[in-house]
Amino acid sequence: MIPIEYLAPKTLDRLLEDLKGMAGQVKFVAGCTNVIPDLRARTVSPKFLVNLQGLEGMSGITEEKNALSIGALTTMTELAGSPVIRAWAPALASAAHQMGNPLVRNRATLGGNLADASPAADSAPPLLSLEAVIHTLGPGGVNREIPVDRFFEGPHRTVLAGEEILTRVTIPKPKDPSRSAYIKLGLRNASAISVVSIALLLELEGAICRKARVALGSVAPTPTRAYGVEKALEGKKIDEAIKDACADMIKGEISPISDIRASADYRRWTASVLFQRAIQQAMEGGRA
Amino acid sequence: MKTYPVEIRLNGELLRTEVAAHETLLDVLRKKLGAKEVKSGCAKGDCGACAVLLDGKAVNACLVLAVQASGSEVVTVRGIGTEDHPHPLQESFVRHGAIQCGYCTPGMIVSAKALLDRNPDPTREEIREGISGNLCRCTGFKKIVEAIQSTAKSKQ
Repeated sequence: MIPIEYLAPKTLDRLLEDLKGMAGQVKFVAGCTNVIPDLRARTVSPKFLVNLQGLEGMSGITEEKNALSIGALTTMTELAGSPVIRAWAPALASAAHQMGNPLVRNRATLGGNLADASPAADSAPPLLSLEAVIHTLGPGGVNREIPVDRFFEGPHRTVLAGEEILTRVTIPKPKDPSRSAYIKLGLRNASAISVVSIALLLELEGAICRKARVALGSVAPTPTRAYGVEKALEGKKIDEAIKDACADMIKGEISPISDIRASADYRRWTASVLFQRAIQQAMEGGRA
Repeated sequence: MKTYPVEIRLNGELLRTEVAAHETLLDVLRKKLGAKEVKSGCAKGDCGACAVLLDGKAVNACLVLAVQASGSEVVTVRGIGTEDHPHPLQESFVRHGAIQCGYCTPGMIVSAKALLDRNPDPTREEIREGISGNLCRCTGFKKIVEAIQSTAKSKQ
């Protein structure tokens, strides 16, 4: 292993200063639940490990008038237990609670889960369904706001530049958070990487669906939204016919692969079944 | 190789050592600080054998950089109770035969302690969830769950 240097800046100014001259040689760390296995497997070999954990203003959950703001260093345990997240983004709380296992959730952070950009990233489908925005800080102090559906580029690839960090995630408050669902299918309950996961959020006006957001994990190179299904639902009365049509349509909106956990065909059928279950839950007022 | 000073309060005792940036808390606890009661299983966060309390929270020591843990308090199974003064959880594990080969036990006790600290009266389901990051390859889960359940508040 090449010698690695370690830095733990306490302020963002100091971080930006430290990063000068490190281009292309940095791995940011926080909970380390992905980075340590990656270092051991030699899939990453940085010259510098920069620990973000000590940075001020990047932890915790704040409720604003129209939005929630979640610091990138917020752990999965904190997300799962937060009354604010459970009230306004139950699908996200549920996903955080089902991620990994209690030992991992005490370390794993929201920022890390997103920046690692696994197609199976548990936090991604709920955040896609909630139209969350990712806030970043890059070299020279440049801030960017990136809608989460434009954040992922491929397996373990994001639009983040080399020395750009994810600082927080904001979520606009949904009209009716109870009209949501999150379902994860894994090969077991704990420590499972999802075979397929789905998050769904509806806005209803009487029986008519005014807005639908449907997002899936582990069925494409990135966590992804099913835009066609969303369009097909909007403006319609949610009855059995439209549910069946969308459950069929969703199979064509994803591009799963066959791997150690499941075949592509199985994932297509499973996505269809999970869609039916998720929309049922959301219509019943959500049990995510 | 560049090293960094690390200061850890291990089971109440303040210890200092030097570590490389990539060294894990697990390796440093076992190899430099003599805490052999912390077991190394998968060393990638799947098995929970290396679970310790880091500032009161149960974590896998293999997924923490030792340098990140500097300034923290670490409690291992030995800090929860010793042979002379065992914790009720440890006594209960023995009484229930919840120890087979014993390799998962230090991590199991740590996860069980963390669970009971935040939820003194867990249901069977909550116990199973609470130790879901700890694998017992002897598959002795039934007795482990019973051992934890019998130390719950309502059973005292």
